[in-house]
Amino acid sequence: MSALPAAEARERATARQDGDIDDTVIQVRGLDNRFGSQVVHAGLDLDVRRGEILGVVGGSGTGKSVLMRSIVGLRRPDNGSVRVLRFDPHGSEEDRAAIERRTAVLFQEGALFSSLDVTENVEVALRQHLDLPSALRGDIARLKIGLSGLPMDAARKLPSELSGGMKKRAGLARALALDPEILFLDEPTAGLDPVGAAQFDELILTLRDALGLTVFLITHDLDTLFAICDRVAVLAEQRVLINAPLPEVLALPHPWIRDYFHGPRARAAQNAHVAARSGA
Amino acid sequence: MHCVPGANASLARMTQAVSMPPRFEVVRTAAGVGAHARGAWTVDHAAALSTELSAGVVAEPVRIDASGLDALDSTGAMLLLKALPLDAGGAPDLGRIEGLTPQRVALMRRVAQALDGGSVPPVAPGALHALLANIGETMLSILDQGRQLLGFLGLLLTTALRVLPRPARWRLTSIVHHLEQTGLNAVPIVALLSFLVGAVVAYLGATVLEQFGAGLYTVDLIGFAFLREFGGLLAAILVAGRSGSAFTAQIGAMKNREEIDALETIGLDPVEVLVLPRLVALLIALPILTFVAMMAGLLGGMTVGATSLDISPVLFTTRLQESIPPQHFWVGMVKAPFFALLIALVGCLEGFKVSGSAESVGTHTTSSVVQSIFLVILLDAICAVVFMELDW
Repeated sequence: MSALPAAEARERATARQDGDIDDTVIQVRGLDNRFGSQVVHAGLDLDVRRGEILGVVGGSGTGKSVLMRSIVGLRRPDNGSVRVLRFDPHGSEEDRAAIERRTAVLFQEGALFSSLDVTENVEVALRQHLDLPSALRGDIARLKIGLSGLPMDAARKLPSELSGGMKKRAGLARALALDPEILFLDEPTAGLDPVGAAQFDELILTLRDALGLTVFLITHDLDTLFAICDRVAVLAEQRVLINAPLPEVLALPHPWIRDYFHGPRARAAQNAHVAARSGA
Repeated sequence: MHCVPGANASLARMTQAVSMPPRFEVVRTAAGVGAHARGAWTVDHAAALSTELSAGVVAEPVRIDASGLDALDSTGAMLLLKALPLDAGGAPDLGRIEGLTPQRVALMRRVAQALDGGSVPPVAPGALHALLANIGETMLSILDQGRQLLGFLGLLLTTALRVLPRPARWRLTSIVHHLEQTGLNAVPIVALLSFLVGAVVAYLGATVLEQFGAGLYTVDLIGFAFLREFGGLLAAILVAGRSGSAFTAQIGAMKNREEIDALETIGLDPVEVLVLPRLVALLIALPILTFVAMMAGLLGGMTVGATSLDISPVLFTTRLQESIPPQHFWVGMVKAPFFALLIALVGCLEGFKVSGSAESVGTHTTSSVVQSIFLVILLDAICAVVFMELDW
């Protein structure tokens, strides 16, 4: 890293653009997670590169959400090291503050604050971290709501007045409030109908391209994996079995991968994806 | 973000991307007015940037050179769009900006598109307007609530009349279950609280009446108070808090899980299945609890009389029999079924009004308790006046 901050920033911006493969933004080494006698992770390693959409899959109970919670600092792992943008999520106050400021999480049900309307939900992080004039804050909130694809008449609605898909979009708008570099998504398409899920996938893809996001995406949705993920990390046997582009994952001879990716539903998703590709 | 020299390494790393303050410099040349955008145009600098822009806006730059940008995020892109002159269509003219990488141009387009959706509807009008609107809304909702309560009463009565001639549909198991829940299980708390209130009233009465040498009239006070008013009121308030809320929560949770809809699709009437047994149970339980409260209150007074006021239990009961005719007991008892009807009605109706979220169950449970206690006390006050005028 060069000493001049401006040069550093430029370097970083270029890295974002070129998709520099050496730029690891999340690094997990030797992670152990246990609940009592139940071992969830043992010696888990994972790298996430800048600008990619990483799909994280695994059977129930393989600790996908636990892994995400360990990375963002919600759960202290029993052993191992985690680095997010070179900061330690379980380290000093400054490190944690930096991670909070530069990453964002979209929880499964959106986790919108129920007493606040959508605009106020987006503004929470802006109020907490930045001292902005209220007009500018309103403009930023409007921008994020627009980016997440919500109509403006939803901006003053309470979470209870929104449909499931709109809640997720509102949650995404809140996650984008501070222009994070890394976005964590916990099953973003769960509970959406196929049309809504496809639209949400499309949205994530365009936002990644426009905002230069790195996306850590936990999913069960085979369509999502085929449509938007650059690489797929498979959790099994208490570790990351493979973290590679989808064709390589599909080629791996492993019973779980065979059951998951070569079942009838997976074939349907793959065919649909191939058809969409050749049609376009 | 401010960074003192020599601050620790992680802070320096944290600010690396945002440390160059953004600039918007207007330059005038022979060719016209131009502007240079430099530095990090990010959300961290948004406040400073918007001040800078509002100062530079008078110049109305013709072209913006953005090649000096260190960083640009969506907030920065939004502010940059604001600095651009508008094209013929009224949108920011992206053609007037130079030196952007293709990725940043894409970002600008995406942001422009996101902002195109119109404006956020206003939050609320002024405070006075909001106050008046609030008063109006509350009044309307009270009226509406009254109307709904009467409607529900009618529905309940017609259902009861329909079911009454058919004992096979009386749902005895359910009635007995609710009798246990609302009646038997409430006996200890009703008895204990009434006993304590009885003791307190005895002390109060004695303190005042002793001054006139009329300490024995404490017995009259306790008798009147508990038989006519306190017994029924205490029992009803406790049942409203205990069972009215439970009715709302139970029916509300069933509504949430679509159990009510399931009942209807099977051809069962939710009012008959859920409300009637609760109402019948409460109609039986509350008079019994009222009786328990009366006796416990008298016992509390008697205990205080015997221990601290020199009124022996024998004297207490004799005095009670002499000075309180049985009509006072009946004045107290006759109100109990009406209280029961109110509590069951409000509790069940609020349960049916639950919609959607778990939060809604909480809101309606609170509302159910407040309403039923309010209505019980209101009815009691009306009865007190009426019975007084009738000289009962």
